[in-house]
Amino acid sequence: MQWFGSTDAKRIGIMYITFAALSGVLGTILSLMIRAELAAPGLNLMSDDFYLTLPGMHASAMIFFFIIPMYAGFANFILPIQVGAPDMAFPKLNLAAFWLLPPAAIIAFSGYLIDSAPQFGWTGYPPLSNSVYSPQIGADLWLLGLVIVGTSSTMGAVNFLSTAFNMRCKGMTLFQLPLFTWSVIVMSFLVLASTPVLTSALLMLNLERLFPNTFYFFAPEGGGDPILYQHLFWFYSHPAVYIMILPGFGMVSEIIPTFSRKPIFGYAVMVWSMIAIAFLGFLVWAHHMFTSGIGLTVRMVFMFLTMLIAVPTGIKIFSWIGTIWGGSLKFSTSMMFSLGFIAMFTIGGLSGVVLAAVPVDIQLHDTYYVVAHIHYVLVAGSVMTIFAGFYFWYPKMTGRMLNEKLGHIHFWGTSIFINVTFFVQHYLGVKGMPRRYADYDPIFADLNLVSSVGSFALFAFQFVFFFNLFYSLKKGAVAGPNPWEDAQTLEWTIASPPDHHQFHHPPVWTPIDRSHGHDHGHDLAAAE
Amino acid sequence: MGNVAIGPGEESLGVSNGKVGMWTFLVMDAMTFAGFLAGYARLRWKEPLIEGTAWPNPYETFGTVGIQLTAFNTFVLVCSSVTMVHALAEVMRGNMERAQKWMLATIVGGLFFLGIQGFEWTHLILDVWPYIFDPNHSVDYNLNFAATFFSLTGFHGGHVSVGVMYNIILYLGMSRGKITANHGDFVEIAGLYWHFVDLIWILVFTFVYLI
Repeated sequence: MQWFGSTDAKRIGIMYITFAALSGVLGTILSLMIRAELAAPGLNLMSDDFYLTLPGMHASAMIFFFIIPMYAGFANFILPIQVGAPDMAFPKLNLAAFWLLPPAAIIAFSGYLIDSAPQFGWTGYPPLSNSVYSPQIGADLWLLGLVIVGTSSTMGAVNFLSTAFNMRCKGMTLFQLPLFTWSVIVMSFLVLASTPVLTSALLMLNLERLFPNTFYFFAPEGGGDPILYQHLFWFYSHPAVYIMILPGFGMVSEIIPTFSRKPIFGYAVMVWSMIAIAFLGFLVWAHHMFTSGIGLTVRMVFMFLTMLIAVPTGIKIFSWIGTIWGGSLKFSTSMMFSLGFIAMFTIGGLSGVVLAAVPVDIQLHDTYYVVAHIHYVLVAGSVMTIFAGFYFWYPKMTGRMLNEKLGHIHFWGTSIFINVTFFVQHYLGVKGMPRRYADYDPIFADLNLVSSVGSFALFAFQFVFFFNLFYSLKKGAVAGPNPWEDAQTLEWTIASPPDHHQFHHPPVWTPIDRSHGHDHGHDLAAAE
Repeated sequence: MGNVAIGPGEESLGVSNGKVGMWTFLVMDAMTFAGFLAGYARLRWKEPLIEGTAWPNPYETFGTVGIQLTAFNTFVLVCSSVTMVHALAEVMRGNMERAQKWMLATIVGGLFFLGIQGFEWTHLILDVWPYIFDPNHSVDYNLNFAATFFSLTGFHGGHVSVGVMYNIILYLGMSRGKITANHGDFVEIAGLYWHFVDLIWILVFTFVYLI
């Protein structure tokens, strides 16, 4: 009971993580239903109508209620400690932001309880999503849930920015901040600038649905413009993919130096490339709209800008490799997940460059190639970094170590079956299998079966992880303040789990040479 | 501030958390308005819906009197920003009684604005665009104009309402002696919000009524 009303950012962080994990389980179950239906051609397990709800609700659960809150949870726990602050800048706002999420999730998914879940996919493109083609109440509830989630995440972003900018301890200048904190800062700017635009689009769609003869924004029969919705939607949802990966970049940038026992290679470049990714992220939204009939010149410009993002992303990947290069590596589970992330995220990034090319995208649009690409970015990217983060910070959060043997089993099972599940989908897409359909031509049967088997195996290996989480909570080895020995940031100088208002004395950070990576900063107050 | 004691070295930027928080919030809010304004701009400047129809002329829709009324309303809202500045100045000088009066003037300005807006909305819904509630209406740019008009001004009106409530809370705090000369920050942060709402209204007014 002390937990639910606690304004302690660490507790709120753990509540976020728990909530996100539950949503992740819900989203996974929805995706398994998709894969079960697609395991063989024909309609085998469910009706067409029910199947149509699955892709959109799976995506909403995973994006809005799993990945984004999961990162917000890690950021809540770690960011105030890394900058040397006693708590977040606005503890009560922080608590309110968290408690908006469970009702939002209940509202968004309650369509399933009354058999009226929306059938138009997570993008909610009108006119398909307006009251003529989707009259069900579940669609209104889903829209409302999304508006609440958006409010919650902007409240979180305001808090992260105020904390990171205004509550840094002595000596912690902006270019001394750990890279995870930097990644949360950049993510928060993305949230601030993009989420409200989605909110405005959803509110307009809501008005159009609720007052069908009064408001025409997007309905073509009333003079509205469906392409306008797509512009507003992707102005959020393209930056949203960076909201869903930048904190992961930050986590990996903490883990790899720790287990390479070397400072990060090119600290300043890492920071600037994150800023560049965020900036370019706002200039590329129309690459989701190459088949919507927008002008060719516009498409060429967006193609060029999209391909440009590969440059800062490539810089980050080479910086991680540069950190590993010549390092004295320790293959802990979180290091394994980080290395797996680099390898597989590169595949996801490259298939993104392929899709960025206008002529190729016109061919591959709305096929399983796009599904494969987004899952390489979000599962092999975001989810792998989340696992890496779990193995890395679990000792700090609970005071106990996760079992490394189980961790290695989990890592190998996960990374093998991610590839089994999603790699074949590239071939399905190139061969022309469309996404969001319950049935398909029998020529796609073999590859679909492989993908479905892979997805169930991938799910099965997650039980190892959950067992490990609960088992280690009681039986894990006691961690102590710095179980990894080579971790350098402030959270590793205090007890595990940290006390309320983590620092007994305001910490002082000794500035270090970030760009050349000599000597390590430390906390004078903790060394007393 | 919450329940965290602010110690030395904890305000890295030299301004309070509250101000940083309000500024970041305003960045966010500006983007919401940007979304609505983008919707308005797109619907207004796309190719004609039907040959020969054009976006309704705001002077004809609102009438000269209507535009003058809203211009006056804009003036009232801008004046309420001035009274807000005075309220803050008096708090800084420690003159809480005067600050209270200026705050009251700000609240009255906000309420006046909302009243005129309510009057205007009633008139528009009942007299100018009565066919928006008719299911058999013909397709016309007036519908798009009405949709963008009500969403933009409605969202802004919601902001004014929140601002008025915010100011009332501050006023009550002052009259009960809970907000004293030491709490200039509270008034300043509320002022940031109030000036922002004003600034947005000048944009909305220019776009929807004048251009």
